Amino acid sequence: MRDVYVIGVGITRFGELWERSFRDIGIEAGIKAINDSGIAGDDIDALYIGNMSAGAFINQEHIGALIVDYVGFASSSHIPAVRVEAAGASGAIAFKEAYLSIASGMHDIAVVGGAEKMTDIGDEMANAIQGMVIDQEWETVFGATYASLQAMMARAHMEKYGTTREQLGMVSVINHRHGALNPDAQFQREIKLQTVLNSGYVAEPLRVFDMAPLSDGAASLVLASGDVAKKYTDNPVKVKGIGQASDTISLHDRREICTMDATVHAAKRAYERAGAKPADIDVAEVYDSSTIAEIIAIEDLGFFDKGQGGKAVEDERIALTGEIPVNTSGGLKARGHPVGATGVAQIVEIVKQLRGEADKRQVKDARLGLAHAVGGSGATAVVSILEGSQ
Amino acid sequence: MPRFWREKQGRYNLVGNRCTNCGTYYFPKRDICPKCHRKSVGKMEPFRFKGTGKVVSWTIVHDPHPDYKDMRPYIMAIIELDEGPKLTAQIVDCALDEIHTGMRVRDTFRKLTEDGKDGVIFYGYKFRPVKE
Repeated sequence: MRDVYVIGVGITRFGELWERSFRDIGIEAGIKAINDSGIAGDDIDALYIGNMSAGAFINQEHIGALIVDYVGFASSSHIPAVRVEAAGASGAIAFKEAYLSIASGMHDIAVVGGAEKMTDIGDEMANAIQGMVIDQEWETVFGATYASLQAMMARAHMEKYGTTREQLGMVSVINHRHGALNPDAQFQREIKLQTVLNSGYVAEPLRVFDMAPLSDGAASLVLASGDVAKKYTDNPVKVKGIGQASDTISLHDRREICTMDATVHAAKRAYERAGAKPADIDVAEVYDSSTIAEIIAIEDLGFFDKGQGGKAVEDERIALTGEIPVNTSGGLKARGHPVGATGVAQIVEIVKQLRGEADKRQVKDARLGLAHAVGGSGATAVVSILEGSQ
Repeated sequence: MPRFWREKQGRYNLVGNRCTNCGTYYFPKRDICPKCHRKSVGKMEPFRFKGTGKVVSWTIVHDPHPDYKDMRPYIMAIIELDEGPKLTAQIVDCALDEIHTGMRVRDTFRKLTEDGKDGVIFYGYKFRPVKE
Protein backbone atom coordinates (compact mmCIF):
# COMPACT_ATOMS: atom_id res chain seq x y z
CA MET A 1 0.00 0.00 0.00
CA ARG A 2 1.33 3.45 -0.94
CA ASP A 3 1.11 6.47 1.36
CA VAL A 4 -1.74 8.86 0.56
CA TYR A 5 -1.94 12.59 1.35
CA VAL A 6 -4.64 15.23 1.33
CA ILE A 7 -3.25 18.17 -0.67
CA GLY A 8 -6.34 20.30 -1.18
CA VAL A 9 -9.61 21.12 0.58
CA GLY A 10 -12.71 23.12 -0.35
CA ILE A 11 -16.07 23.73 1.27
CA THR A 12 -19.15 25.87 0.61
CA ARG A 13 -21.05 27.77 3.21
CA PHE A 14 -23.58 25.35 4.78
CA GLY A 15 -27.18 26.39 5.31
CA GLU A 16 -30.45 26.92 3.47
CA LEU A 17 -29.02 27.75 0.06
CA TRP A 18 -32.31 28.25 -1.78
CA GLU A 19 -30.79 30.34 -4.54
CA ARG A 20 -28.25 27.67 -5.51
CA SER A 21 -28.58 24.25 -7.14
CA PHE A 22 -27.00 20.90 -6.24
CA ARG A 23 -24.54 21.22 -9.10
CA ASP A 24 -23.70 24.85 -8.20
CA ILE A 25 -22.54 23.89 -4.71
CA GLY A 26 -20.84 20.65 -5.81
CA ILE A 27 -18.79 22.56 -8.40
CA GLU A 28 -17.94 25.39 -5.98
CA ALA A 29 -16.48 22.97 -3.43
CA GLY A 30 -14.62 20.98 -6.10
CA ILE A 31 -13.03 24.04 -7.71
CA LYS A 32 -11.98 25.40 -4.32
CA ALA A 33 -10.24 22.10 -3.47
CA ILE A 34 -8.51 21.88 -6.85
CA ASN A 35 -7.32 25.50 -6.59
CA ASP A 36 -6.16 24.91 -3.03
CA SER A 37 -4.07 21.92 -4.15
CA GLY A 38 -2.45 23.66 -7.13
CA ILE A 39 -2.98 20.70 -9.45
CA ALA A 40 -4.19 21.11 -13.03
CA GLY A 41 -7.51 19.55 -13.96
CA ASP A 42 -5.79 17.24 -16.44
CA ASP A 43 -3.90 15.61 -13.56
CA ILE A 44 -7.04 14.17 -11.96
CA ASP A 45 -7.42 10.41 -12.41
CA ALA A 46 -10.81 9.81 -10.77
CA LEU A 47 -13.72 11.38 -8.91
CA TYR A 48 -15.51 9.95 -5.86
CA ILE A 49 -18.76 11.55 -4.69
CA GLY A 50 -20.57 10.98 -1.39
CA ASN A 51 -24.31 11.60 -1.66
CA MET A 52 -27.18 10.03 0.21
CA SER A 53 -30.50 10.81 -1.46
CA ALA A 54 -30.33 13.19 -4.41
CA GLY A 55 -32.99 11.03 -6.07
CA ALA A 56 -35.46 11.72 -3.30
CA PHE A 57 -34.42 15.30 -2.47
CA ILE A 58 -33.99 16.76 -5.98
CA ASN A 59 -35.17 13.99 -8.34
CA GLN A 60 -31.67 13.51 -9.69
CA GLU A 61 -29.72 10.25 -9.71
CA HIS A 62 -26.49 9.48 -11.63
CA ILE A 63 -24.72 12.03 -9.44
CA GLY A 64 -21.19 10.90 -10.38
CA ALA A 65 -21.85 11.60 -14.05
CA LEU A 66 -23.48 14.96 -13.28
CA ILE A 67 -20.60 16.27 -11.19
CA VAL A 68 -17.77 14.98 -13.42
CA ASP A 69 -19.51 16.67 -16.36
CA TYR A 70 -19.92 20.07 -14.70
CA VAL A 71 -16.41 20.14 -13.25
CA GLY A 72 -15.38 19.79 -16.89
CA PHE A 73 -13.77 16.35 -17.12
CA ALA A 74 -16.50 14.24 -18.71
CA SER A 75 -15.95 15.26 -22.33
CA SER A 76 -12.22 16.08 -22.03
CA SER A 77 -10.27 13.53 -19.97
CA HIS A 78 -13.24 11.15 -19.56
CA ILE A 79 -12.16 10.18 -16.03
CA PRO A 80 -14.27 7.70 -14.04
CA ALA A 81 -16.75 9.02 -11.46
CA VAL A 82 -18.18 6.94 -8.61
CA ARG A 83 -21.07 7.87 -6.33
CA VAL A 84 -21.01 6.30 -2.86
CA GLU A 85 -24.09 5.92 -0.65
CA ALA A 86 -23.92 4.82 2.97
CA ALA A 87 -26.39 7.20 4.65
CA GLY A 88 -24.48 9.62 6.92
CA ALA A 89 -21.21 7.83 6.16
CA SER A 90 -21.50 8.42 2.38
CA GLY A 91 -18.82 11.13 2.25
CA ALA A 92 -16.49 9.25 4.60
CA ILE A 93 -16.64 6.14 2.43
CA ALA A 94 -16.14 8.18 -0.75
CA PHE A 95 -12.95 9.43 0.95
CA LYS A 96 -11.95 5.88 1.85
CA GLU A 97 -12.55 4.60 -1.71
CA ALA A 98 -10.45 7.44 -3.17
CA TYR A 99 -7.74 6.65 -0.60
CA LEU A 100 -7.76 2.97 -1.61
CA SER A 101 -7.56 3.82 -5.32
CA ILE A 102 -4.33 5.74 -4.70
CA ALA A 103 -2.89 3.40 -2.06
CA SER A 104 -3.35 0.50 -4.47
CA GLY A 105 -1.40 2.27 -7.21
CA MET A 106 -4.36 2.50 -9.57
CA HIS A 107 -4.55 6.30 -9.41
CA ASP A 108 -2.10 9.10 -8.50
CA ILE A 109 -4.59 11.91 -7.91
CA ALA A 110 -8.25 11.54 -6.95
CA VAL A 111 -10.82 14.18 -6.07
CA VAL A 112 -13.43 13.48 -3.39
CA GLY A 113 -16.70 15.37 -3.21
CA GLY A 114 -19.66 15.25 -0.89
CA ALA A 115 -22.92 17.10 -1.45
CA GLU A 116 -26.56 17.17 -0.41
CA LYS A 117 -29.41 19.58 -1.13
CA MET A 118 -32.09 19.02 1.51
CA THR A 119 -34.05 22.27 1.81
CA ASP A 120 -35.67 22.49 -1.63
CA ILE A 121 -38.59 20.44 -0.27
CA GLY A 122 -40.66 20.79 2.91
CA ASP A 123 -39.22 19.86 6.30
CA GLU A 124 -41.70 17.03 6.81
CA MET A 125 -40.75 15.36 3.53
CA ALA A 126 -37.03 16.03 4.13
CA ASN A 127 -37.23 14.35 7.55
CA ALA A 128 -39.02 11.36 6.01
CA ILE A 129 -36.26 11.02 3.39
CA GLN A 130 -33.58 11.25 6.06
CA GLY A 131 -35.47 8.54 7.93
CA MET A 132 -35.03 6.14 5.01
CA VAL A 133 -31.64 5.18 6.48
CA ILE A 134 -33.25 3.12 9.26
CA ASP A 135 -35.04 -0.21 8.64
CA GLN A 136 -38.17 0.70 6.68
CA GLU A 137 -39.72 -2.73 7.03
CA TRP A 138 -39.22 -3.32 10.77
CA GLU A 139 -38.75 0.16 12.28
CA THR A 140 -40.34 2.92 10.17
CA VAL A 141 -43.52 1.07 9.28
CA PHE A 142 -44.32 0.63 12.99
CA GLY A 143 -44.00 4.37 13.65
CA ALA A 144 -40.29 4.87 14.39
CA THR A 145 -38.40 7.91 13.12
CA TYR A 146 -34.66 8.58 13.03
CA ALA A 147 -35.02 10.94 16.00
CA SER A 148 -37.12 8.42 17.96
CA LEU A 149 -34.29 5.89 17.76
CA GLN A 150 -31.79 8.52 18.95
CA ALA A 151 -34.24 9.28 21.78
CA MET A 152 -34.31 5.63 22.86
CA MET A 153 -30.50 5.56 22.86
CA ALA A 154 -30.56 8.69 25.01
CA ARG A 155 -33.01 7.24 27.53
CA ALA A 156 -31.03 4.00 27.78
CA HIS A 157 -27.81 5.97 28.33
CA MET A 158 -29.45 8.16 30.98
CA GLU A 159 -30.90 5.18 32.84
CA LYS A 160 -27.76 3.04 32.61
CA TYR A 161 -25.07 5.66 33.27
CA GLY A 162 -26.87 8.57 34.92
CA THR A 163 -26.32 10.91 31.97
CA THR A 164 -28.42 14.04 32.53
CA ARG A 165 -30.68 16.15 30.34
CA GLU A 166 -28.35 19.12 31.00
CA GLN A 167 -25.28 17.16 29.85
CA LEU A 168 -27.05 16.39 26.55
CA GLY A 169 -27.86 20.07 26.21
CA MET A 170 -24.23 21.08 26.75
CA VAL A 171 -23.22 19.15 23.62
CA SER A 172 -25.39 21.54 21.62
CA VAL A 173 -24.13 24.59 23.55
CA ILE A 174 -20.46 23.72 22.90
CA ASN A 175 -21.03 22.90 19.23
CA HIS A 176 -22.80 26.24 18.72
CA ARG A 177 -19.92 28.00 20.52
CA HIS A 178 -17.50 26.39 18.04
CA GLY A 179 -19.79 27.08 15.08
CA ALA A 180 -19.73 30.78 15.98
CA LEU A 181 -16.01 30.71 15.10
CA ASN A 182 -16.53 29.03 11.71
CA PRO A 183 -17.44 31.37 8.82
CA ASP A 184 -18.76 28.40 6.78
CA ALA A 185 -21.12 27.14 9.51
CA GLN A 186 -24.92 27.16 9.12
CA PHE A 187 -25.38 28.58 12.64
CA GLN A 188 -22.77 31.10 13.79
CA ARG A 189 -24.43 32.12 17.00
CA GLU A 190 -23.83 30.94 20.57
CA ILE A 191 -26.80 29.55 22.46
CA LYS A 192 -27.59 29.12 26.14
CA LEU A 193 -28.35 25.82 27.82
CA GLN A 194 -31.87 27.07 28.58
CA THR A 195 -32.48 27.49 24.84
CA VAL A 196 -31.87 23.78 24.34
CA LEU A 197 -33.91 22.77 27.39
CA ASN A 198 -36.85 25.01 26.40
CA SER A 199 -37.03 23.99 22.74
CA GLY A 200 -39.92 21.77 21.64
CA TYR A 201 -39.81 18.00 21.91
CA VAL A 202 -38.98 15.97 18.81
CA ALA A 203 -39.00 12.60 20.59
CA GLU A 204 -38.68 12.66 24.38
CA PRO A 205 -36.19 13.26 25.92
CA LEU A 206 -34.72 14.87 22.77
CA ARG A 207 -35.69 18.38 21.69
CA VAL A 208 -35.26 20.45 18.54
CA PHE A 209 -31.88 21.79 19.70
CA ASP A 210 -30.60 18.24 20.28
CA MET A 211 -30.91 17.41 16.60
CA ALA A 212 -28.71 18.37 13.64
CA PRO A 213 -30.53 20.60 11.13
CA LEU A 214 -31.55 20.02 7.53
CA SER A 215 -28.88 21.65 5.38
CA ASP A 216 -27.54 22.29 1.91
CA GLY A 217 -23.82 22.17 1.34
CA ALA A 218 -20.84 20.57 -0.35
CA ALA A 219 -17.23 19.79 0.51
CA SER A 220 -14.27 18.48 -1.47
CA LEU A 221 -10.74 17.08 -1.09
CA VAL A 222 -7.81 16.39 -3.39
CA LEU A 223 -5.86 13.22 -2.55
CA ALA A 224 -2.47 12.29 -3.98
CA SER A 225 0.27 9.69 -3.68
CA GLY A 226 3.43 10.63 -1.76
CA ASP A 227 5.67 11.56 -4.70
CA VAL A 228 2.93 13.63 -6.34
CA ALA A 229 2.00 15.36 -3.07
CA LYS A 230 5.59 16.57 -2.61
CA LYS A 231 5.45 18.39 -5.97
CA TYR A 232 2.46 20.47 -4.97
CA THR A 233 2.77 21.28 -1.28
CA ASP A 234 5.22 21.46 1.61
CA ASN A 235 2.34 21.06 4.06
CA PRO A 236 0.66 17.76 3.10
CA VAL A 237 -1.62 15.92 5.52
CA LYS A 238 -1.04 12.19 5.62
CA VAL A 239 -3.89 9.69 5.79
CA LYS A 240 -2.57 7.47 8.58
CA GLY A 241 -5.36 4.93 8.80
CA ILE A 242 -9.02 4.39 7.96
CA GLY A 243 -11.32 1.83 9.59
CA GLN A 244 -14.86 0.97 8.55
CA ALA A 245 -17.28 -1.39 10.29
CA SER A 246 -20.90 -2.56 10.17
CA ASP A 247 -23.65 -3.50 12.61
CA THR A 248 -27.31 -4.50 12.30
CA ILE A 249 -29.57 -2.14 10.31
CA SER A 250 -32.20 -2.08 13.10
CA LEU A 251 -31.28 -0.49 16.41
CA HIS A 252 -33.24 -3.15 18.34
CA ASP A 253 -31.03 -5.96 16.99
CA ARG A 254 -27.81 -4.52 18.48
CA ARG A 255 -25.90 -6.06 21.36
CA GLU A 256 -26.33 -2.75 23.23
CA ILE A 257 -28.43 0.22 22.23
CA CYS A 258 -26.24 2.88 23.80
CA THR A 259 -22.91 1.62 22.46
CA MET A 260 -22.22 1.72 18.73
CA ASP A 261 -20.24 -1.44 18.07
CA ALA A 262 -19.66 -0.28 14.49
CA THR A 263 -17.82 2.77 15.86
CA VAL A 264 -15.86 0.63 18.34
CA HIS A 265 -14.67 -1.72 15.59
CA ALA A 266 -14.01 1.01 12.99
CA ALA A 267 -11.96 2.89 15.59
CA LYS A 268 -9.97 -0.20 16.57
CA ARG A 269 -9.06 -0.79 12.91
CA ALA A 270 -8.16 2.87 12.32
CA TYR A 271 -6.01 3.13 15.48
CA GLU A 272 -4.17 -0.10 14.56
CA ARG A 273 -3.49 1.03 11.01
CA ALA A 274 -2.36 4.47 12.21
CA GLY A 275 -0.25 3.06 15.05
CA ALA A 276 -2.05 5.43 17.41
CA LYS A 277 -4.21 5.34 20.52
CA PRO A 278 -7.09 7.57 21.63
CA ALA A 279 -4.86 9.67 23.90
CA ASP A 280 -2.67 10.60 20.90
CA ILE A 281 -5.53 12.40 19.12
CA ASP A 282 -5.27 16.20 19.28
CA VAL A 283 -8.54 17.14 17.56
CA ALA A 284 -11.61 15.20 16.42
CA GLU A 285 -14.74 15.65 14.34
CA VAL A 286 -17.42 13.20 15.50
CA TYR A 287 -20.92 12.40 14.25
CA ASP A 288 -23.35 14.43 16.35
CA SER A 289 -26.56 13.84 14.39
CA SER A 290 -28.02 14.26 17.89
CA THR A 291 -26.51 15.30 21.20
CA ILE A 292 -26.63 11.72 22.51
CA ALA A 293 -24.82 10.53 19.37
CA GLU A 294 -21.85 12.75 20.28
CA ILE A 295 -21.73 11.48 23.88
CA ILE A 296 -21.82 7.87 22.65
CA ALA A 297 -19.16 8.67 20.02
CA ILE A 298 -16.61 10.18 22.41
CA GLU A 299 -16.95 7.05 24.58
CA ASP A 300 -16.84 4.50 21.76
CA LEU A 301 -13.82 6.23 20.17
CA GLY A 302 -11.97 5.70 23.47
CA PHE A 303 -11.60 9.36 24.47
CA PHE A 304 -13.54 8.68 27.70
CA ASP A 305 -14.63 5.56 29.58
CA LYS A 306 -18.05 4.11 28.73
CA GLY A 307 -20.68 6.02 30.64
CA GLN A 308 -18.41 9.02 31.34
CA GLY A 309 -19.19 10.93 28.12
CA GLY A 310 -21.92 13.08 29.67
CA LYS A 311 -19.67 14.13 32.56
CA ALA A 312 -16.82 14.88 30.13
CA VAL A 313 -19.12 17.21 28.19
CA GLU A 314 -20.36 18.88 31.39
CA ASP A 315 -16.72 19.50 32.39
CA GLU A 316 -16.08 20.91 28.88
CA ARG A 317 -13.20 18.50 28.29
CA ILE A 318 -14.26 18.40 24.60
CA ALA A 319 -14.46 22.18 24.15
CA LEU A 320 -11.84 24.12 22.19
CA THR A 321 -10.19 24.88 25.53
CA GLY A 322 -10.41 21.27 26.76
CA GLU A 323 -7.99 18.35 26.57
CA ILE A 324 -9.50 16.85 23.38
CA PRO A 325 -11.35 19.47 21.32
CA VAL A 326 -14.26 17.82 19.50
CA ASN A 327 -16.25 19.29 16.60
CA THR A 328 -14.28 22.52 16.32
CA SER A 329 -16.21 23.18 13.09
CA GLY A 330 -19.46 23.30 15.06
CA GLY A 331 -20.21 19.66 14.28
CA LEU A 332 -23.31 18.50 12.49
CA LYS A 333 -25.40 20.59 14.91
CA ALA A 334 -23.93 24.03 14.13
CA ARG A 335 -21.82 23.65 10.97
CA GLY A 336 -24.85 21.94 9.40
CA HIS A 337 -25.56 18.45 8.14
CA PRO A 338 -26.03 18.09 4.37
CA VAL A 339 -25.84 14.33 4.83
CA GLY A 340 -23.68 13.27 1.85
CA ALA A 341 -21.29 16.19 2.43
CA THR A 342 -20.81 15.63 6.16
CA GLY A 343 -18.10 12.94 6.04
CA VAL A 344 -16.06 15.06 3.62
CA ALA A 345 -16.63 18.30 5.57
CA GLN A 346 -15.25 16.57 8.68
CA ILE A 347 -12.00 15.76 6.83
CA VAL A 348 -11.83 19.36 5.54
CA GLU A 349 -11.96 20.61 9.15
CA ILE A 350 -9.32 18.14 10.35
CA VAL A 351 -6.99 19.08 7.46
CA LYS A 352 -7.41 22.80 8.25
CA GLN A 353 -6.56 22.08 11.91
CA LEU A 354 -3.49 19.98 11.02
CA ARG A 355 -2.23 22.62 8.60
CA GLY A 356 -2.67 25.32 11.23
CA GLU A 357 -5.28 27.14 9.11
CA ALA A 358 -8.29 26.96 11.43
CA ASP A 359 -8.00 30.62 12.42
CA LYS A 360 -10.06 31.51 15.55
CA ARG A 361 -10.86 27.88 16.28
CA GLN A 362 -7.28 26.60 15.81
CA VAL A 363 -6.23 23.85 18.24
CA LYS A 364 -2.66 24.65 19.27
CA ASP A 365 0.01 22.25 17.96
CA ALA A 366 -2.55 19.85 16.49
CA ARG A 367 -0.63 17.01 14.83
CA LEU A 368 -2.99 14.01 14.85
CA GLY A 369 -6.68 14.38 13.95
CA LEU A 370 -9.61 11.97 13.78
CA ALA A 371 -12.89 12.05 11.84
CA HIS A 372 -15.84 9.79 12.68
CA ALA A 373 -18.95 9.30 10.55
CA VAL A 374 -21.99 7.11 11.12
CA GLY A 375 -24.63 5.76 8.76
CA GLY A 376 -28.19 5.30 10.03
CA SER A 377 -28.63 4.63 13.72
CA GLY A 378 -25.18 2.99 13.80
CA ALA A 379 -25.22 0.30 11.09
CA THR A 380 -22.15 1.82 9.40
CA ALA A 381 -19.22 3.66 10.95
CA VAL A 382 -16.00 5.05 9.50
CA VAL A 383 -13.04 6.39 11.47
CA SER A 384 -10.20 8.17 9.69
CA ILE A 385 -6.94 9.31 11.30
CA LEU A 386 -4.80 12.00 9.66
CA GLU A 387 -1.39 13.43 10.51
CA GLY A 388 -0.09 16.91 9.81
CA SER A 389 3.47 17.58 8.70
CA GLN A 390 4.14 20.55 10.97
CA MET B 1 -46.35 -0.31 0.99
CA PRO B 2 -45.22 -3.23 -1.19
CA ARG B 3 -47.53 -6.25 -1.31
CA PHE B 4 -44.85 -8.66 0.02
CA TRP B 5 -44.60 -6.57 3.22
CA ARG B 6 -48.32 -6.90 3.79
CA GLU B 7 -48.23 -10.62 3.15
CA LYS B 8 -45.47 -11.30 5.64
CA GLN B 9 -47.01 -13.44 8.36
CA GLY B 10 -44.55 -12.22 10.97
CA ARG B 11 -46.09 -8.77 10.78
CA TYR B 12 -49.41 -10.03 12.13
CA ASN B 13 -48.80 -12.93 14.50
CA LEU B 14 -45.15 -12.66 15.61
CA VAL B 15 -43.86 -15.66 13.68
CA GLY B 16 -40.08 -15.65 13.47
CA ASN B 17 -37.70 -18.56 13.60
CA ARG B 18 -35.11 -20.42 15.63
CA CYS B 19 -31.70 -21.75 14.64
CA THR B 20 -31.74 -25.42 15.60
CA ASN B 21 -27.93 -25.49 15.44
CA CYS B 22 -27.39 -23.01 18.34
CA GLY B 23 -30.92 -22.50 19.69
CA THR B 24 -31.11 -18.72 19.15
CA TYR B 25 -34.54 -17.22 18.37
CA TYR B 26 -34.98 -14.58 15.66
CA PHE B 27 -37.65 -12.03 14.94
CA PRO B 28 -38.20 -11.25 12.11
CA LYS B 29 -37.13 -14.57 10.66
CA ARG B 30 -33.66 -14.86 9.18
CA ASP B 31 -32.57 -17.28 6.46
CA ILE B 32 -29.06 -17.48 7.93
CA CYS B 33 -28.14 -17.49 11.63
CA PRO B 34 -25.56 -14.70 12.19
CA LYS B 35 -23.86 -16.89 14.83
CA CYS B 36 -23.69 -20.18 12.89
CA HIS B 37 -23.52 -18.94 9.26
CA ARG B 38 -23.14 -21.95 6.91
CA LYS B 39 -23.96 -24.46 9.65
CA SER B 40 -27.45 -22.95 9.97
CA VAL B 41 -28.44 -23.46 6.33
CA GLY B 42 -31.61 -25.57 6.22
CA LYS B 43 -31.76 -25.59 10.04
CA MET B 44 -33.91 -22.51 10.64
CA GLU B 45 -37.31 -23.58 11.97
CA PRO B 46 -40.41 -21.32 12.13
CA PHE B 47 -41.33 -20.26 15.64
CA ARG B 48 -44.37 -18.39 16.95
CA PHE B 49 -43.49 -16.09 19.84
CA LYS B 50 -45.71 -15.92 22.91
CA GLY B 51 -46.04 -12.16 22.40
CA THR B 52 -45.00 -11.13 25.90
CA GLY B 53 -41.94 -9.14 26.85
CA LYS B 54 -40.66 -6.00 28.52
CA VAL B 55 -39.79 -2.45 27.49
CA VAL B 56 -36.03 -1.92 27.05
CA SER B 57 -36.23 1.76 26.10
CA TRP B 58 -38.99 4.13 25.00
CA THR B 59 -39.79 7.58 23.72
CA ILE B 60 -42.81 9.78 23.16
CA VAL B 61 -42.80 10.89 19.53
CA HIS B 62 -43.93 14.48 18.91
CA ASP B 63 -42.56 14.91 15.40
CA PRO B 64 -43.66 11.75 13.57
CA HIS B 65 -43.39 10.33 10.09
CA PRO B 66 -46.16 11.94 7.93
CA ASP B 67 -48.14 8.65 7.99
CA TYR B 68 -48.40 8.80 11.78
CA LYS B 69 -49.32 12.47 12.20
CA ASP B 70 -52.84 11.81 13.45
CA MET B 71 -51.57 9.74 16.39
CA ARG B 72 -49.12 12.17 17.91
CA PRO B 73 -47.92 12.23 20.58
CA TYR B 74 -47.48 8.46 20.73
CA ILE B 75 -45.19 6.04 22.53
CA MET B 76 -42.55 4.01 20.66
CA ALA B 77 -40.52 1.36 22.42
CA ILE B 78 -37.87 -1.27 21.93
CA ILE B 79 -39.32 -4.45 23.42
CA GLU B 80 -37.42 -7.56 24.41
CA LEU B 81 -39.59 -10.64 23.89
CA ASP B 82 -39.39 -13.26 26.62
CA GLU B 83 -37.67 -15.64 24.19
CA GLY B 84 -34.88 -13.10 23.58
CA PRO B 85 -35.30 -11.17 20.32
CA LYS B 86 -36.01 -7.42 20.39
CA LEU B 87 -38.30 -5.39 18.16
CA THR B 88 -39.57 -1.83 17.75
CA ALA B 89 -43.29 -1.13 18.20
CA GLN B 90 -45.83 1.40 19.34
CA ILE B 91 -47.24 1.07 22.87
CA VAL B 92 -51.01 1.62 23.02
CA ASP B 93 -53.69 1.61 25.76
CA CYS B 94 -51.08 3.25 27.98
CA ALA B 95 -51.12 6.77 29.43
CA LEU B 96 -48.08 8.86 28.49
CA ASP B 97 -47.07 9.16 32.15
CA GLU B 98 -47.37 5.42 32.81
CA ILE B 99 -44.78 4.13 30.35
CA HIS B 100 -41.49 3.07 31.94
CA THR B 101 -38.47 0.93 31.24
CA GLY B 102 -39.03 -2.66 32.34
CA MET B 103 -42.83 -2.44 31.84
CA ARG B 104 -44.39 -5.82 30.97
CA VAL B 105 -46.20 -5.71 27.63
CA ARG B 106 -47.92 -8.06 25.19
CA ASP B 107 -48.72 -7.83 21.49
CA THR B 108 -52.02 -6.74 20.03
CA PHE B 109 -53.24 -6.70 16.43
CA ARG B 110 -53.94 -3.15 15.24
CA LYS B 111 -54.24 -0.89 12.26
CA LEU B 112 -50.90 0.80 11.51
CA THR B 113 -51.54 3.26 8.67
CA GLU B 114 -53.50 3.60 5.46
CA ASP B 115 -52.58 4.41 1.89
CA GLY B 116 -54.61 7.62 1.68
CA LYS B 117 -58.35 7.96 2.32
CA ASP B 118 -59.45 5.35 -0.20
CA GLY B 119 -56.36 3.14 -0.16
CA VAL B 120 -55.35 -0.12 1.46
CA ILE B 121 -55.23 -0.23 5.27
CA PHE B 122 -52.06 -1.66 6.76
CA TYR B 123 -52.23 -3.81 9.85
CA GLY B 124 -49.59 -5.15 12.20
CA TYR B 125 -48.58 -5.55 15.82
CA LYS B 126 -48.52 -2.95 18.56
CA PHE B 127 -48.00 -3.67 22.25
CA ARG B 128 -50.02 -2.82 25.35
CA PRO B 129 -49.26 -2.99 29.06
CA VAL B 130 -49.89 -6.24 30.92
CA LYS B 131 -51.48 -5.68 34.31
CA GLU B 132 -49.23 -7.33 36.87
